[in-house]
Amino acid sequence: MPDTSTHGAASGASPAPGAAPERIEIQVLRYAPGGGAPATQSWTIPWTRDMSVLQALQYIKDHLDGSLTFRWSCRMAICGSCGMMVNGVPRLGCETFLRDLAPGPVRLEALAHFPIERDLVVDAEDFIGKLAKIKPYIVPKEPRGLDEGTYFQTPEELARYESFSHCINCMLCYAACPQYGLDPKFLGPGATALLHRYNCDSRDGAREERMDLVHSEEGVWSCTAVGYCSEVCPKAVDPASAVNQNKTASALDWFARFLPGRK
Amino acid sequence: MAIRRTYLRPMDGWWRRDPFFLRYMAREATSVFVVAYALILLWGLVRLAEGEARFDAWLAWLASPLSVAFHVLLLAVFAYHTWSWFAIMPKTMPPVVVGGRRLPARAITAAGVAVAVAASAALFALATVLA
Amino acid sequence: MRKRSSQPFFWLLFGAGGMLSALLGMGLVLVTGVAAPLGLEPPSVMSYGDVLAFGRNGAGKAFLFAVVSLFLWHGAHRIFHTLHDLGVHAGLVAKLACYGGALVGTVVAAAALLWIGF
Repeated sequence: MPDTSTHGAASGASPAPGAAPERIEIQVLRYAPGGGAPATQSWTIPWTRDMSVLQALQYIKDHLDGSLTFRWSCRMAICGSCGMMVNGVPRLGCETFLRDLAPGPVRLEALAHFPIERDLVVDAEDFIGKLAKIKPYIVPKEPRGLDEGTYFQTPEELARYESFSHCINCMLCYAACPQYGLDPKFLGPGATALLHRYNCDSRDGAREERMDLVHSEEGVWSCTAVGYCSEVCPKAVDPASAVNQNKTASALDWFARFLPGRK
Repeated sequence: MAIRRTYLRPMDGWWRRDPFFLRYMAREATSVFVVAYALILLWGLVRLAEGEARFDAWLAWLASPLSVAFHVLLLAVFAYHTWSWFAIMPKTMPPVVVGGRRLPARAITAAGVAVAVAASAALFALATVLA
Repeated sequence: MRKRSSQPFFWLLFGAGGMLSALLGMGLVLVTGVAAPLGLEPPSVMSYGDVLAFGRNGAGKAFLFAVVSLFLWHGAHRIFHTLHDLGVHAGLVAKLACYGGALVGTVVAAAALLWIGF
């Protein structure tokens, strides 16, 4: 990941005081529903050392072209809304800084492998559907009453799934995954990481039900261990590890099901 | 639900668009050379079964400049295979905890590459010294 | 119940071949393809009589079979998936060509190794 240090952020301005602000070209692949193939539009905007790509887009929308469409919310890399392709790499717009892309031009495009809805907004329905499909909740091993109190979990038990719980559903991993791009039936890195999060949680008892998805062609067996998903993840979830650990589990189960004592 | 008129971008040439994907394709391409070497050995096995004259002809081909040059290329490809194999292998393993701390992937990769270099060196030594 | 993928079986063979080639590939290529042909090895490394004796030995037979067969299964699985990456439809024809090829190579290797006897 490029350096996102904050040097110069406090002072704000890049050039010497009194000088004209530096300008940078922002190119955006634009698309309007039913408006033909996407085409690039470009603006040259003033920028300062503390500006993110998201702020550049907000400048364009506020001052130059109100029709520019993009998702955003928290602007601090926790909501997962502002994923986009920045110079061909899946990045969060709010934590990608113009100072690291200068002198530009900066090429922005909607997240790869998703249908473009409008400008930088993609149709995320497939991903949302997959999240729901993997049973993203604790299914108790045995029925548990409220009078039994809360679950207890050791630090070691927490460590087994904690990193996979950090996913912010930003879909950068899906934009990184060529197998998802080639075949959107693939469950994909993010949903599999979430599946693995619940399978590894000591409170959960639904591993067998989730493995049904894992064992299928659209489960882990569409993955070819490219590994780019983990490379682009802004939260170090390591979805490649979640998917590929489940390859090992699925392969062992493929043989274990022939052993006596298994249903 | 509103009718969406979305645009789906084509995947042609996807692997040419990023150095990460180019490295991935290089890794995948090593398999062609692994098969090529296996076929050379298989050819040798068939020649072995056919008798000394045919086997010696196979040895003579191996000694040809074309073959030696190809095997030097194979050596480089197998080295890249070894490196890329152990680079991705940690992803297939559950966390390895040593002394309370999780072993980082690079440690597993380094160990794997070290074992591979040692194993290949041992094979070479075994052949050269003990044969 | 979703249909289970048949890939695990081939993936394990791919893994075994990948590991074997990662560990010994460099050494094998160096000995058989560079050092011995250039005369840097003692003649007994690849002479007919010595290779025959090695192939007749149970362990030697197993080693030669493992190297040839597992390298082929490794390549078959990876090439099959790379064809898909390159846009070739990963259907029955591709599967038969790749895995079928590895199977043919395996059978030929076994036949040659059994033919030379014990």
